[in-house]
Amino acid sequence: MAQTVGFFTDTTLCIGCKACEVACKEWNQLPNNPLEFRDSYDNTGQLDHANWRHVRFVESAATNPDKPIAWSMMSDVCKHCANASCLEVCPTDAIIRTEFDTVYIQQDVCNGCRDCISACPYGVIGFNSTSGTAQKCTFCYDRLQNNLKPACATACPTQSIKFGPLDELRQTAATRLATLQAQGVSQARIYGDKEYGGLHAFFLITEKPEAYALPSTQSAVLPSRNNLPGYVTATITAILAGLAGLIAFRRRGESSSPSPAAGTGGSSPSPLVGEGRGGGS
Amino acid sequence: MGGLKLPNEHFVVPPHWEWYILGYFFFAGISGGSYVLGSMLRLWGDARDAAASRIAFLISFPTLLICPILLTLDLGQPLRFWHFLINDSSGGLAFKPWSPMSLGAWALLLFGIFSFVMFLSALSEGGIVHRRALATAASFVAGVVGGIFMVIGALFGLFIAAYTGVLLAVSNQPVWSDTWALGGLFLASALSGSAACVLLATRTRRDAIATDRKLIEADRYFILLELALIVLFLATLGGVLSKVLTGGWIILWVIVLAGTLIPLALHWRATRMRATVTAVGTAAADISLLAPVLVLLGVLALRAVVIFSAQA
Repeated sequence: MAQTVGFFTDTTLCIGCKACEVACKEWNQLPNNPLEFRDSYDNTGQLDHANWRHVRFVESAATNPDKPIAWSMMSDVCKHCANASCLEVCPTDAIIRTEFDTVYIQQDVCNGCRDCISACPYGVIGFNSTSGTAQKCTFCYDRLQNNLKPACATACPTQSIKFGPLDELRQTAATRLATLQAQGVSQARIYGDKEYGGLHAFFLITEKPEAYALPSTQSAVLPSRNNLPGYVTATITAILAGLAGLIAFRRRGESSSPSPAAGTGGSSPSPLVGEGRGGGS
Repeated sequence: MGGLKLPNEHFVVPPHWEWYILGYFFFAGISGGSYVLGSMLRLWGDARDAAASRIAFLISFPTLLICPILLTLDLGQPLRFWHFLINDSSGGLAFKPWSPMSLGAWALLLFGIFSFVMFLSALSEGGIVHRRALATAASFVAGVVGGIFMVIGALFGLFIAAYTGVLLAVSNQPVWSDTWALGGLFLASALSGSAACVLLATRTRRDAIATDRKLIEADRYFILLELALIVLFLATLGGVLSKVLTGGWIILWVIVLAGTLIPLALHWRATRMRATVTAVGTAAADISLLAPVLVLLGVLALRAVVIFSAQA
């Protein structure tokens, strides 16, 4: 039985070199991004079908007047959630959990319905119009099967991206967090130990989660939360509509037809049977 | 930032469900709603409602046939449409009751059986086509088992008309996932649209005129239900309300309101005029074309504003 693995991304060590992005694209043979100038060093934009790693450049106003802008860099990736929204809604079972406890989209099964895209709270999954399927980080499934580290973690020069058994990574993260807080970085926190049952790609961050486009713990909710209230509302509406139909369509004793009404007792013949055209008025 | 209401914090990307899905949601609503109306007319109506009931079933099946075509065209891999039903990896059934899309695919298939049988029965009863198989379907539907069959089909029809709203809600998209009212809203709107369809189809049929008054009354209730659910829908959106009530979406909301309030007023007027002027049971065939057409436009606009505004 393979071991549960994970990524621990320490944003305080990220220098924004994008080696992870390049390594990911190279190994997974993902297409280049079209040349586009953005208002930042971030020229990737977002995670999608062709970008499975994305180095975010989070800019914020700093208190130091000599450095008015502070940058926090974070190499974002699919979180491989323990309770994954995409896997929950996928109607074709194309999205599976692998033996490494990662979340994987089977490209030969996906039919491109895009329900997973509407469900992923992190905006990770993209639709590849060439293959007609949804795509995202595979956690380098092929490399894992051959006892290799994922390409991004291998390439990261500062060890901001750490790969390993999930339990060990959680301990490493706790130790690192304690060190930072002891050094006075009081805003440092771990994101991903509670959200969605625990993310298998989790982060040490120094800003609010929202700054990194990560929903807060309270907002990290599964799509299925709306199943029950949605169906209950529909059921109540159906009952009210049925009553409306009963009131509107009921026999009012006005009928001149001798034919008995059907359905109410279940044994009466249908008024429709044997009736020819134009038999009404 | 941290003070945002819980469900309104979204970092998702849109699935780009657009025109095919709009068409699917519209026709699924009309198909399911028409079947339900046809069933209610059979269960609770009298012999004079037979023609309108038949027409409702004759609307249900052809509109249902459009649905899988639109759904399949929307897929990135249309030839893998059957993956909704069969698990390509295991060879077993792909059935996930907690996934509305999975449930919907199965419900669409099963509802097709009910809708088809009632369609055949309606063809036979109406004398439109004379075939032995059709007569068999008609006699089956006329019996007790057939009645139960029809009612089970009506439950599927209700599901088909409503689940599309739940499907949107079971996501993490802004607007869709912020409300629990969409399933009910789509159902009420579908029933109203179906009543409008049947009204349009019965305009030229003398044998169905007697039902027009009842359909108008039913549509009035459905519209009131829809309006209440629109209010609930907007009230539950919280911080993302502005997403559906800005810019070009206002035009669609105007169509939605025109498709509810004007028909409601016309229906009231038509009912009052008949009550005072026309003898009971001899309702004239002066059903305005305007009301049903506006209702159908409203049904389409409602789905359009919900689908597109959330993804903008």
